Amino acid sequence: MSAIIQHLANALSVGSLYALMAIGYTMVYGVLRLINFAHGEIFMMAMYIVFFGLTMFLMPWYVSFIVAILLTAALGVAAERLAYRPLRDAPRISILISAIAVSYFLQNLATVLFGGRPLTFPQVPLFTSMIDVGGARISRLLILTPAVTAILLIALQYLLKRTKTGMAMRAVARDYDAARLMGVDLNRTIAMTFFIGSSLAGVGAIMWGMKYPQIIPTVGAMPGVKCFIAAVLGGIGSVAGAVVGGLALGIAEVLIVAAAPALAGYRDAFAFVLLIIVLLVKPTGLLGEKTTEKV
Amino acid sequence: MAKMASKTKQGPGAVVSVALTAALLALMALLLWRMQAGIKDVYIMKITRLCAINITLALAMNLINGFTGIFSLGHAGFMAVGAYATALLTIPASNKAMMFMIAPLVKPLDTLTLPFPAALITGGLLAALAAYLIGMPCLRLRGDYLAIATLGFSEIIRVLIMNAQPLTNGAMGLRSIPANATVAWTYGVALFTIVFMALLTTSSYGRALKAIRDDEIAAESMGVPLFNHKMLSFMLSAFFAGVGGGLLAAYNGTIGQDMFRVTMTYNILMIVVMGGMGSISGSVISAFVVTIGQEWLRFLDGPITVGRFHTDGVVGLRMVVFAALLLIIIVFFRNGLFGTKEATWSGVWRSFGKLRGLGKRGEAA
Repeated sequence: MSAIIQHLANALSVGSLYALMAIGYTMVYGVLRLINFAHGEIFMMAMYIVFFGLTMFLMPWYVSFIVAILLTAALGVAAERLAYRPLRDAPRISILISAIAVSYFLQNLATVLFGGRPLTFPQVPLFTSMIDVGGARISRLLILTPAVTAILLIALQYLLKRTKTGMAMRAVARDYDAARLMGVDLNRTIAMTFFIGSSLAGVGAIMWGMKYPQIIPTVGAMPGVKCFIAAVLGGIGSVAGAVVGGLALGIAEVLIVAAAPALAGYRDAFAFVLLIIVLLVKPTGLLGEKTTEKV
Repeated sequence: MAKMASKTKQGPGAVVSVALTAALLALMALLLWRMQAGIKDVYIMKITRLCAINITLALAMNLINGFTGIFSLGHAGFMAVGAYATALLTIPASNKAMMFMIAPLVKPLDTLTLPFPAALITGGLLAALAAYLIGMPCLRLRGDYLAIATLGFSEIIRVLIMNAQPLTNGAMGLRSIPANATVAWTYGVALFTIVFMALLTTSSYGRALKAIRDDEIAAESMGVPLFNHKMLSFMLSAFFAGVGGGLLAAYNGTIGQDMFRVTMTYNILMIVVMGGMGSISGSVISAFVVTIGQEWLRFLDGPITVGRFHTDGVVGLRMVVFAALLLIIIVFFRNGLFGTKEATWSGVWRSFGKLRGLGKRGEAA
């Protein structure tokens, strides 16, 4: 029984981490039709910022978390401004390569700035101490992660549905040119999208770091690709879809490994198999809208 | 066609062009031969051979990404297949027995060794087979979905290699691969690849591939069987990537699954983008520029003194500079060196003409 509770709590927390990051992908894809390959590297940078905030600048955890989230968001906006905006009218392949180049750049930059040796993410006792739930000893983090994700989702839904900025974002995602004609400030809206997506990646990175404490410059690559897959699974462009996809992928991964430990070595391959199946069976994802190719 | 004919009239004719190309190749061969005989510096010869391997790898990627317009990111996976096949088929049996400590190598492979060219071709064919299996689902996808799916399969190949202990020696990798990647082999393969790609892209198949790149729907309505052509291009690309991977294994002497991460794909992509997606001569020139450039930038990793400012050397700085250069090229010169055009002798002629024109104007002023 206690093992089951442990696995379920673990599955839920991994799933909500994926969901947080998948939202960043899906929002950017919504407005720019771009797979933001650099999203995983922005996530990685957030982990390093928290690390140095806590160990080098000896900030209290809440200060370092806030600083990390803001800096991560700024990094996302800067990447858009410098590497994506000049290519907005270029063929989509160019902007995709540009995103790859940003990711490559950030990885190498992290290697130079922070070294290639793994660092250990500092533990914050408030989040990582163990508690008793129904006879199972689990980390508080496993409860807190889904809770934080849920709160952020409600806030995001409010922003998207009830504010002018949110309306502008939805308009740009629906029809780029029409939104521009209606007087939506494209640059501001797209920058805002990157700001929100990257700050959610920052929150995800903090909780990821407390769960999997090893930081290396390539730490963002695999979560990055997996969360994009989660976004596709849920239906790219839809925030609710990203949440459903992230949760589904996380839960599936943890439970498959729990049920068949022999498959643990192939854990990272599940997501890709899932992606192929989804793309072949229902390319628009679980909650995606149907689009038709126009000649 | 009439337009092209009138263009070539400004420069040398077709016969002269062929003669000039032959002369250039002969000069290149002579230079390599002299270098091999005269230069004792192992390091310079290593870089020279790496240039040729990168030409093969870049042209392989250019076929699918540049000429067919399918953005595939699975290159590293196909290279891994070719590299492991070549390594396993050329390492002497005694070394294999020593290397596979956790689990012995599976049956026929433990004693089987093939001559290097046979091993290379086997590696290429296995990579093409992998491409066939991967292409079946993936080539039905479009655009960036295809990019992610091929990237995923490339990672799956890597994960399989890591876990298939009795076949690949798992995370420990393979050592003491015979150093068969000589100047003759690397440049021979590179030349073969160049000629093959040049013939392919000017054939009716090549024109069909370019038509798919330019407009898939129009190509289909003109009677180009989309899936077959994409598959052909994908498998050929994988074949040459596999051969290039095999050469890389023989060049390195050791391989491990860690070599074939996505970063490897990005490195080759950088060469292709810099040379121009859809230009053979672009990829060839860019392979030289990028390979030599990456080595030349090594001084960035060592101690630097600029005026009063001094650092004791930052390892990895050159890769940051290189990534920044790639970014600048993409943002400001997104067609690369040549775009989809080729370097031709009449083009060289014309640019000389322009230079002369500039010189004359300079004199007049």
